[in-house]
Amino acid sequence: MDRNSFYGPVDPARDAGWVDPPARKGFFTDTSICIGCKACEVACKEWNAVPEDGMSLTGMSYDNSVGLGASTWRHVAFIEQPASSGNQESGVRHDESHANLDVLALAGGQGDPSPPPASVDLGMPLPTLPGAGGEDSSVPFRWLMESDVCKHCTHAACLDVCPTGALFRTEFGTVVVQDDICNGCGYCVPACPYGVIERREGPKNDHAVGVAQKCTLCYDRLGEGMEPACAKACPTQSIQFGDLDELRQRADVRVAELVEAGVVDAQLYGHDPADGIGGAGAFFLLLDKPEVYGLPPDPVVTTRALPAMWGRAAMAAGTMLAGAAMAFLGSRR
Amino acid sequence: MHDVPARDAPRRRGGGRRKGGRGEQLMVPEAEFTSYYGRPIVKASPWEVDIPVYLFLGGLAGGSSLLAAGADLQGNAALRIPMRWTAIGAIAVSFAALVHDLGKPSRFHHMLRVAKVTSPMSVGTWILTVYGPAAGIAAAVQALPVAPTALRRSWIGRSGPLAGRIAGFVAAATAPAVAAYTAVLLSDTATPTWHDSHLQLPFVFVGSASAAAGGAGIALAPLSASGPARRLAVGGAVVELAVSEYMEKQMGLSAEPLHTGRPGAMMRAAKACTATGAVLAVAGHRNRAVSVLAGASLLAGSALTRFGIFYGGQASARDPKYTVVPQRERVDAGRPVRSDDPAARPAR
Ligand code: SF4
Ligand code: SF4
Ligand code: SF4
Repeated sequence: MDRNSFYGPVDPARDAGWVDPPARKGFFTDTSICIGCKACEVACKEWNAVPEDGMSLTGMSYDNSVGLGASTWRHVAFIEQPASSGNQESGVRHDESHANLDVLALAGGQGDPSPPPASVDLGMPLPTLPGAGGEDSSVPFRWLMESDVCKHCTHAACLDVCPTGALFRTEFGTVVVQDDICNGCGYCVPACPYGVIERREGPKNDHAVGVAQKCTLCYDRLGEGMEPACAKACPTQSIQFGDLDELRQRADVRVAELVEAGVVDAQLYGHDPADGIGGAGAFFLLLDKPEVYGLPPDPVVTTRALPAMWGRAAMAAGTMLAGAAMAFLGSRR
Repeated sequence: MHDVPARDAPRRRGGGRRKGGRGEQLMVPEAEFTSYYGRPIVKASPWEVDIPVYLFLGGLAGGSSLLAAGADLQGNAALRIPMRWTAIGAIAVSFAALVHDLGKPSRFHHMLRVAKVTSPMSVGTWILTVYGPAAGIAAAVQALPVAPTALRRSWIGRSGPLAGRIAGFVAAATAPAVAAYTAVLLSDTATPTWHDSHLQLPFVFVGSASAAAGGAGIALAPLSASGPARRLAVGGAVVELAVSEYMEKQMGLSAEPLHTGRPGAMMRAAKACTATGAVLAVAGHRNRAVSVLAGASLLAGSALTRFGIFYGGQASARDPKYTVVPQRERVDAGRPVRSDDPAARPAR
């Protein structure tokens, strides 16, 4: 077994045995221009006939789909922060009567047992014209929005651990589940370092219930030379689809631009082929630390340590065999 | 379906500090970390109680086949007979549990489409495919003496004893793999507590399997025949207790779920049962009643170990702390995992 095939930079399609595959496809999601419209979430559901995933109000800003899962293949995260984006003015001020209110703390305190006094409003920031409230009353505030998706890892733990071969590497270098092969063993679920893939629960009339589900990078559309539904629907080109090599170059330029413009926390996430998963097929430009968006700061493909695990298991098995042999030596019974 | 945070769940926002939930005394000082509304990052496995039951019974079966084969070589039928029955009973139930846990049980056989060394579940399936029938034949031939005369006189009856012997040795040869591979099954995930234990967990599991099978032998075989079972039980218990202790020390933060909440209680009970069982196994070598008690205690200890580790892992996946804190520490220290950094190669 080639140790290197568990990590390090490789062309995943070639590594999986495709001869002369097309260029690796992927996403560059530039969160700095996401407007949180959720068109991607909707387009994905429409195109892939993904059922509803619970209809509850979560209190997590405008995020009511909570996270990626069996029936949410695109997920838009919303984070409200008392910080400014680069040199931007937030255009948000506290109303005089609320001068001492911390709206973020209020929003975060929804779970408190004692309800807020009736005279206090919901704590929404008030947008005003620049300068209308005077320079001093403008408070730093920003919304971070990020459209999350399966990373289509170069070294995909979900695929490595799948015991049926239901998960496979496509010629585009993406990772796809075959609904009719998966037997719902659930192993891919804890294996994914990003918590993306999930086994679908629900009434049995859906053929995919009991089966692992996630983004296919619109394998059916790619085969027809079309771009994925989510990227097509994105009105700001926050989701950019294309050849991964080219996207990486584009991202380098964009992040340099942002840093230049004073957005010092702008950073690429998942773009580096030397990282713990060999680089993501879907990578991101973030404006804050990954964990703020619910992303792991330093994900590692679990099978990276698999040779060590099998080695230890073999040692342990040998120990057990020797122990049993010793138990029979020494005395006759 | 997503479970939306309960109204009284601790909410964590950007930069928020975690409340020590569930009124537990935490062993490690609380770590400050950022998360997305306290939501988990990695997903807990969808596995339910079937899986820890499977882990326990698989280990019990493996250990029992080893004892049965040793007893067979020794001509110790009083130990061999109950051990072979224990092995097939345990592996049959554990196999049923494994199939029951699938999202599509009718597609169990899809596991046999491929053989993948990168998938511990695939490797395990093939190990069980060899082990299960062998353990089954080894046990079944033991029923021949009470079978109808016609069957006993047929070629099946005549070749039975030899086939049983061979099958028993095949089962014993694969048995240690049955007991050890389940540790890799758990560790080869992004579940922090399972993954971080990967260098020690196989030893904990074979120790636990030996203690369980030894316990069954002590309880089921007469005193005069159970010496090997007693020694295997005590050895297994010592290995399980010692390696667990060491494992939990080296794991750091992700050992916390093994010390808190229900998994913590299970782990504490496991250690108490295993230690008690080992002491009674030694003390009761002349007393049948004490031996039965020792066996029961060892079996309970082994089962509780598997339950504790299983549910501790599930808890570690549900709390973003165990995913974020160690990764953030690596990044902040300038040591993220990289394939071009020889120092960041996985430990072996
Ligand atoms: S992000 Fe998770 S589900 Fe997607 S390819 Fe990587 S390991 Fe698989
Ligand atoms: S649940 Fe399906 S896709 Fe996931 S590992 Fe099991 S068989 Fe493979
Ligand atoms: S690529 Fe297709 S399947 Fe994946 S998130 Fe976009 S629309 Fe959904």
